[in-house]
Amino acid sequence: MDRRTTIKWMLAAAALPLARDPLHAATAPKAQAKPYGQDPKLLNVYHPGELWPLTFNAAQRRTATVLCDAIIPADATSPSASAVGVVDFLDEWISAPYPAQQKDRAIVLKGLHWLDRESGRRFFKPAHELDAQQLHAICDDICYLPKARPHFVEAARFFARYRDLTASGFYTTPEGRKDLQFVGNVPLASFDGPPLEVLKKVGLA
Amino acid sequence: MPFINAEAAAKTDYDVIVVGSGAGGGQMAYTLTMGGARVLMLEAGRNYDPITETAMFQTPEMAPLRGASTPDKPFGFYDATVDGGWQVPGEPYTQASTNEAQRFDWWRARMLGGRTNHWGRISLRNGPYDFKPQSRDGLGFDWPIGYADMAPYYDKVEMLVGVYGANDGLENTPDSPEGCLLPPPKPLVSDLLVHKYAGTLGIPVIAGHRAVLTRQLDWKNSPAKLHPGNPAAQQIITADMKQRGACFWTTPCGNGCSIRANYQSTTVHLPPALATGKLDIVTDAMVNEVTLGKDGRASGVHFIDRTSHRNVSISARAVVLAASACETVRILLNSKSAQFPHGLGNSSGKVGKYLMDTVGSDLGGQIPLLENLPPHNEEGVSGLHMYVPWWQYKEAGKLGFARGYHIEFGGGRRMPGAGTAAKLEWLTGGSYGAKFKEDARRYYGSFVHFAGRGEMIPNEKSFCEIDPKVKDKWGIPVLRFHWQWSEHETRQAAHMQRTFADIITAMGGRVRGEVKTDGAKAIEPGGSIIHEVGGAIMGDDARTSVVNKWCQTWDVKNLFLADGAPFPSNADKNPTLTIMANAWRVADHILERMQRKEL
Repeated sequence: MDRRTTIKWMLAAAALPLARDPLHAATAPKAQAKPYGQDPKLLNVYHPGELWPLTFNAAQRRTATVLCDAIIPADATSPSASAVGVVDFLDEWISAPYPAQQKDRAIVLKGLHWLDRESGRRFFKPAHELDAQQLHAICDDICYLPKARPHFVEAARFFARYRDLTASGFYTTPEGRKDLQFVGNVPLASFDGPPLEVLKKVGLA
Repeated sequence: MPFINAEAAAKTDYDVIVVGSGAGGGQMAYTLTMGGARVLMLEAGRNYDPITETAMFQTPEMAPLRGASTPDKPFGFYDATVDGGWQVPGEPYTQASTNEAQRFDWWRARMLGGRTNHWGRISLRNGPYDFKPQSRDGLGFDWPIGYADMAPYYDKVEMLVGVYGANDGLENTPDSPEGCLLPPPKPLVSDLLVHKYAGTLGIPVIAGHRAVLTRQLDWKNSPAKLHPGNPAAQQIITADMKQRGACFWTTPCGNGCSIRANYQSTTVHLPPALATGKLDIVTDAMVNEVTLGKDGRASGVHFIDRTSHRNVSISARAVVLAASACETVRILLNSKSAQFPHGLGNSSGKVGKYLMDTVGSDLGGQIPLLENLPPHNEEGVSGLHMYVPWWQYKEAGKLGFARGYHIEFGGGRRMPGAGTAAKLEWLTGGSYGAKFKEDARRYYGSFVHFAGRGEMIPNEKSFCEIDPKVKDKWGIPVLRFHWQWSEHETRQAAHMQRTFADIITAMGGRVRGEVKTDGAKAIEPGGSIIHEVGGAIMGDDARTSVVNKWCQTWDVKNLFLADGAPFPSNADKNPTLTIMANAWRVADHILERMQRKEL
């Protein structure tokens, strides 16, 4: 840990708008965000940013991306979370003018800010510059709330929520459905119930 | 010209005005128009066309927030409800108490067809005990009719709307005559496991009953049974039955069904009723009052045209309120005159009293046997392939609560939504990365969810009245709710929790979350299950009830009720099928009296 690296990091962190005033950023939703109401057009296809303005700045996006992909990385079966638009989904979610999403907004924005700060504290660089081992070192401390040490409890709450949101975003895409091997949303001439191999596996045949 | 405006309606002569277009109003309009009466239907909400407006194959990533529930769309973005929810902007209601346990939350859907567009389609007959509960245990009230009075109408409604199910010959769980029920869908593997392991606990698991066409309706035989001696009606319903598609085993019923494979008033009752040429419908007609003539009879209704904000009066020979239990109560209480200063039909003082909902409590579990199953299609009819009817009639009086509940349950590899693979830490120890993706695959489809639906006994502390101060945006005084569960309900909810935990454990599974043994915590708040009935109960005595056995108000001879308001009890069986059967019964009676020139 040399002094120059520390100063470099401090300056970089100070340049992030979020880092200057995380509380304000976390608690002030965009004024022009309007609910979609009780009679929205159901047959339209909606995209993040269309119904209400998004929130993430470039730095937040970068941090959001690395954390999404730490939770759902690419593997042999499916792409990573960020590759299928989960960061846009997260941004849409935390920007929505509804109470549950506003609660998540505070959790997510504060959590992303914490992650960059923690990353700087431990490794003198923001989260998106960490290598996998470094990122995992932080994640391992906050990935399971019941075992989180007291000073990581709040971060662990953030991680749990962020993991849930990331999963929601990922498994609701065509790639996510394919990963889970969901079969459906197609008309059938008949419904035949479980195949024999399924019944055998659970001891019913 | 079936959909008309307020001006056109005001110039037309009608036999009957039907207020409301849901299960009760839809059935009433159907039966009356098939029987030759000229009917005007008034709906407070907007027109709604399920053929062109239903989200059928839309997937979550096409919706805002991946289709997640919001205060605007509490059952998710694609839920069929339009302009509805537990809150409707500009149309408030109030609570008499600030105590959360004494809240009643009132669901409304301001749209043609009302709540029938999104409901669960669960269609259970009340049994013989359910009409005479007071005679059996001294609590609540008997109905002035019995199962034998309702049975022929259950038969007809099942044949008309299409209900799947099986006859199991169980106590107070009536069988249907041959030709009424459609075959039930094949069970999912989770259903079969519940069947097997609940069976070891003595809990019966049988085919569910829901208003979904598992095959086309019997258009060759049913029309003659539905409308004997009425060839015109038979012809109309034969043609309509041919046009309804059978279920194609995909898309959630709660979104509505553009192929008309399940029951919603807009796809089943209204098309044939309109085909008679005897039905006019005015939407955006917010009825606030039944008007009284000098002869002491209802002269018609008064409504506010929501598009022009104009006040409109319409007259007819008879008026039927089917606005949903609480809205019907509100209209009656707001219909004040010198003769009825406390509201129309309220000389008993019982209008608004004995409001009931269903006792609800639920619990889920994770079942290792269901992990990592070979992928297969588990969409089926999108709900309740099997269920548990109440099974402890022989234990009545020994359980610490009266009456009983049925269990609705479900599992399966469903369309992933917002929330899929969420909250898995208790199983995964907090995995992330490649391990998390493996865990998500492993646990997907391995959960089974149980929901109890039980009988609430009417009590003096659960009622609604007019708030003396608050009015809605139309200037109409609003309802104020009083609510109190008794120990019969809270103990029942705790019993549900223990039962669900026992079944999950018997299946080798693990309970998700906490088993709530404190009934007050286990029970869902009043209004949550959206089965509210009562408020204008039927009885044999004008001093203690609002309507007689024909759902005719004791005070006003040509005013009838056809929704859940006249229910003197709220059996564990979901109320919609009984609302429809009762509406058909009342409609037959109205037609008969019209023929006798008594109306």
